[in-house]
Amino acid sequence: MKVGYYPGCSLSGTGKEYDLSIRKVLEKLDVELAELNDWSCCGATSAHATNHFLSIGLSSLNLFQAQKQNLEELFAPCAACYNRMVVAKDELGKGTETAKKISALNNGESTAKVNIINIIQLFEKAGLENISAKTKMNLKGIKAACYYGCLLVRPFSITKFDDAEQPVAMEKIISAVGAEPVDWNYKVECCGGAHSIAHKEIVVDLSKKIIDDAVKHGANVIIVACPMCHSNLDMRQRAMKDTAAIPVLYLSEFVGLALGIDSKELGMNLHFTSTEPILEKVLVKE
Amino acid sequence: MHAHNTHVETLAGKIEELTSQSVMQCYQCGKCSAGCPVRNYMEDSPNQVIRYVQLGFDDEALHSSTPWLCASCLTCSSRCPQNFDIAKFMDAVREVALEMEIDVKEKDVKKFHEAFLNQIKKNGKAFEFGMVREYKLKTLNLFQDVELFPEMLLKGKLSLLPHKKKDIKHIKKVFDEIK
Repeated sequence: MKVGYYPGCSLSGTGKEYDLSIRKVLEKLDVELAELNDWSCCGATSAHATNHFLSIGLSSLNLFQAQKQNLEELFAPCAACYNRMVVAKDELGKGTETAKKISALNNGESTAKVNIINIIQLFEKAGLENISAKTKMNLKGIKAACYYGCLLVRPFSITKFDDAEQPVAMEKIISAVGAEPVDWNYKVECCGGAHSIAHKEIVVDLSKKIIDDAVKHGANVIIVACPMCHSNLDMRQRAMKDTAAIPVLYLSEFVGLALGIDSKELGMNLHFTSTEPILEKVLVKE
Repeated sequence: MHAHNTHVETLAGKIEELTSQSVMQCYQCGKCSAGCPVRNYMEDSPNQVIRYVQLGFDDEALHSSTPWLCASCLTCSSRCPQNFDIAKFMDAVREVALEMEIDVKEKDVKKFHEAFLNQIKKNGKAFEFGMVREYKLKTLNLFQDVELFPEMLLKGKLSLLPHKKKDIKHIKKVFDEIK
């Protein structure tokens, strides 16, 4: 299987291990990645928070590029990039005034047929049975809190996720590799996202609530699918008072561990909160 | 303050133009505010800001810190019984406030967005180090998070040079359009 790849800006910086682990895992699952040529930033929060045209305009450039490369599918691992791209695609499809202006700027290019997929959808495509069959390690002692956050699931009318309030798509992947997903309350709550710099105190408060709830429900690891969520839950843990330390893993790192890939190759030594406690629970299958 | 909202000169009119939805869709049930993760940090609750606009209290809405504290998590938009996209409404309030050069209360949030977008304009890609440097100089919050920098550098998570998009003429075109 071959799929277009839009890593997005964070994956060459703070979210480096997300990119490393994705490449390693997909190799094992026989998924070939074709990186989008000369891609650009989706505009992220700052564009849509200040100018609608800018936000749709920036994301559309990547959609048009995908079209040019005849990509049927474009995988956007960052939840924020994924969100901005599906929203832009939706707006282009509706042919709004903004869409018309953007089309005029891009030599009349107006459609974006490419299907944008997130990491959960990519694993579903690779096949949960396939992942399960390739699982080499015994993860029975692992209790995972699957954290979706905001931008994977919302806006629900566009993402059409399995459920807006109680999604279970990630839990199915966790179960497929033999770990136990925990039932908890904060899976679609916000970590504070882009406020990490201008309002660090809000991010620390919101992220602490998420971590505390995961721990309260017996989780020994939190699984995420967004570099922003990862840095808020992992890096900002140090600023939280009276919170038990808990490793925060990207979904791709977790699946990678299950498939028997070395934790360093997955970039797990690059976290701020130690991942050792979870590595101790990854056992060789008897 | 204007009592009439039908004209495009009113904030309600401008928002309708930007978002293709009427603020009158909101019947003030307050569900958005009940589930808002940042409500505690706001002066006005999200539905109060909508109420300002419904009643023509445009200045109050444009000067409220609420749209700037909104984390764009979209929880409100996904739960609204009237299908009013509150997050999109907040985007539009911010956009109009910037266009009108309103002296917004949440200056650091505004400066963060400016610093972030300046890097995209220049490089076509986000550049974390350049963005943080510009943000710090603009806000004078010079020492925030400096303790994290050595570790980030060591882990290769903080590049001191930008990753640049090769061809940035289309990026430039998009930015030129909003000048």
